[in-house]
Amino acid sequence: MIILKAENISKQYRLGLVGTGTLSHDLNRWWHKVRGKEDPYLKIGETNDRSLRGESDYVWALQDINFEVQKGEVLGIIGKNGAGKSTLLKILSRVTIPTTGEIKTKGRIASLLEVGTGFHPELTGRENIYLNGAILGMTKKEIKVKEDEIIAFSGCERYVDTPVKRYSSGMRVRLAFAVAAFLEPDILVIDEVLAVGDAEFQKKAIGKMQDISKADGRTVLFVSHNMAAVRNLCTRAIVLKNGTAAFEGNTDAAVDFYLKEGARLTSDSGFYKHNNELNNSKAICLNSVELINSKGDNTNVFISDENIRVVIKYSLLEKLPDIRFNLKIEVDNEVIVFTTTSHEDDKTDKSKGDYVLEVSLPEDFFNKGFYKMTLNVGVPNEKVLIEPLTILNFEILKLTSSGSRVNSVFPGVTAPKLKWNVVKVQS
Amino acid sequence: MKDEPWLYTISSKKRLLDFNFREIWRYRDLLLLFVKRDVVTVYKQTILGPLWYLIQPLFTSVIFTLVFNSLGAIKTEGVPPFLFNLAGITIWNYFKECFTGTSDTFVKNQAVFGKVYFPRVVMPLSITISNLLKFGIQFLIFLGFYIYYYALGQVHGFGIVFLFLPLYVLIMALLGLGLGMIVSSMTTKYRDLTVLMTFGIQLLMYVSAVPYPVSEAKAKFPPLVASLVEYNPLTQVVEGFRYIMLDTGNFGLKGFVYTLLLSILLFLLGLLIFNKTEKSFVDTV
Repeated sequence: MIILKAENISKQYRLGLVGTGTLSHDLNRWWHKVRGKEDPYLKIGETNDRSLRGESDYVWALQDINFEVQKGEVLGIIGKNGAGKSTLLKILSRVTIPTTGEIKTKGRIASLLEVGTGFHPELTGRENIYLNGAILGMTKKEIKVKEDEIIAFSGCERYVDTPVKRYSSGMRVRLAFAVAAFLEPDILVIDEVLAVGDAEFQKKAIGKMQDISKADGRTVLFVSHNMAAVRNLCTRAIVLKNGTAAFEGNTDAAVDFYLKEGARLTSDSGFYKHNNELNNSKAICLNSVELINSKGDNTNVFISDENIRVVIKYSLLEKLPDIRFNLKIEVDNEVIVFTTTSHEDDKTDKSKGDYVLEVSLPEDFFNKGFYKMTLNVGVPNEKVLIEPLTILNFEILKLTSSGSRVNSVFPGVTAPKLKWNVVKVQS
Repeated sequence: MKDEPWLYTISSKKRLLDFNFREIWRYRDLLLLFVKRDVVTVYKQTILGPLWYLIQPLFTSVIFTLVFNSLGAIKTEGVPPFLFNLAGITIWNYFKECFTGTSDTFVKNQAVFGKVYFPRVVMPLSITISNLLKFGIQFLIFLGFYIYYYALGQVHGFGIVFLFLPLYVLIMALLGLGLGMIVSSMTTKYRDLTVLMTFGIQLLMYVSAVPYPVSEAKAKFPPLVASLVEYNPLTQVVEGFRYIMLDTGNFGLKGFVYTLLLSILLFLLGLLIFNKTEKSFVDTV
């Protein structure tokens, strides 16, 4: 059953200051309306690309967004800063209305956008639970039932009868999130950015969100930058880009699309074709080197949790006593990450013929960034067949931010995923 | 389940009349909590607390009595001038508080309104209700002084017209709320009215017959100003309140009906404009 339906949602904003110029536009708009004509400013307006300088005073923060949400579905909404996520959320949570189009819903929507709105500093924690809960749409009765749970979840038992102005900012957020987390609307809009507080509480908050979205088939719209969380929770996702829906589909494909949007290497040049004219060796003919992702596609942009298959095709023109392929991976500032060789695993007889050599670079190993791949081929201790040759560049995109609130990159040439073991030995 | 109708639509179209009273009713707990918040928090961390509710009208009455009655020699139709002024100020205060309290609804609450949806009208309604409590306290003080002057034999009790009192209070609430909602809607984009508000309310008091009876206005003001004062609905309420309590001035059913209708009209107009504004004011505030 479709519980929510958005049709042609567009939202136009006027840039710049409100002043006398605005009044003249308002009057013009009114004059058109009086004569039954269309709003003249709806025809203009530019796509919302924040980095480009535009001509018009009007921008479209959202343009022709269409989507449907099934009951019980967890829909992810992803996009870069300024893509229109917040605007869409604002419209969904009825804070403002779209410029054109409409959203129809069969259930009540509540949003966990900004927690702690309406907290009054002079009131105690308990009083604020009631006030905030009511602002979010709960009745006094509903709050009363959950009061103890809310207080326990916030972990502010001790301060609950103290005015909120005496709280630390972290405590305020905890309390606010606790209230919001116990909402029970038909459709819940969650902005994952709100998972603030210390590490312990963050974990609790994200866990709670997962519970909410997984438990009893609640319909959830989940907005996040954390692709791991989106993958984990959502059944479907929409990627917003400059105010338009750039992609809609299953979560994996959407996450892929989003991450690759941010990639600097955009050509599908994970393929190297060797020019054998330049070869000074008569013994080998290097045909191609290909990078293949986990889906079997040829690409040069990879997500950190997939392995990279390097497929080298070559022909031997004569029988060789031995052969060794060396693959060197460097980061873009020329620091060698590692060198690996085919020598020990090559059990072929090295006679004349066509060969396919394959090596898999492990998942959860590279850090976010650009890497350079250099190949050289030789007969060990005898001669060089192919001089070191930079054959391919590839880029690694990171799925998560390792618990940081900002999407920062952990320092290091590599970022291997290691197994940590924690045991409590004494309390 | 299949044919369940849409619960509501978020649309670009603003219908002129689009009140959802059921929804407002659903948020009644919020209304009460806002009232509680307003009442509880105003005088937190003050020593005198709610006593401050009393000090303002008393001091104002003393000043008025000194300036207008001792210095200005305005006659108060045989009622002790202090009591006369206190009566005017008590009822006027209720209007003033409702008006000024609701007139910045959108601007003051943009942080909350910009993040969560609830029927916006809950906010001005709660202000009107919490001010009613304040009015109640101030009215009790007035009654205290009334009894004192009654014991001195300077006023002589009130009769059955006392039953009109709740109606006059209601009219004041409607006027304050209506005007407040209009002003708050009109100041979301252009702030010009905010400037007017700061001194306008003071001026309005002087043309609402608060520190003088209408009979004096008729006798001494130029005719144009006198009729302005007389037909001001606020004058009608202030004068009516004094008629009930102090038996001054005169009460006409025509004037009463005129005021009642006007206040209802103003309230509905305010509700209409407010309702139209609330949908997208966040974008321009």
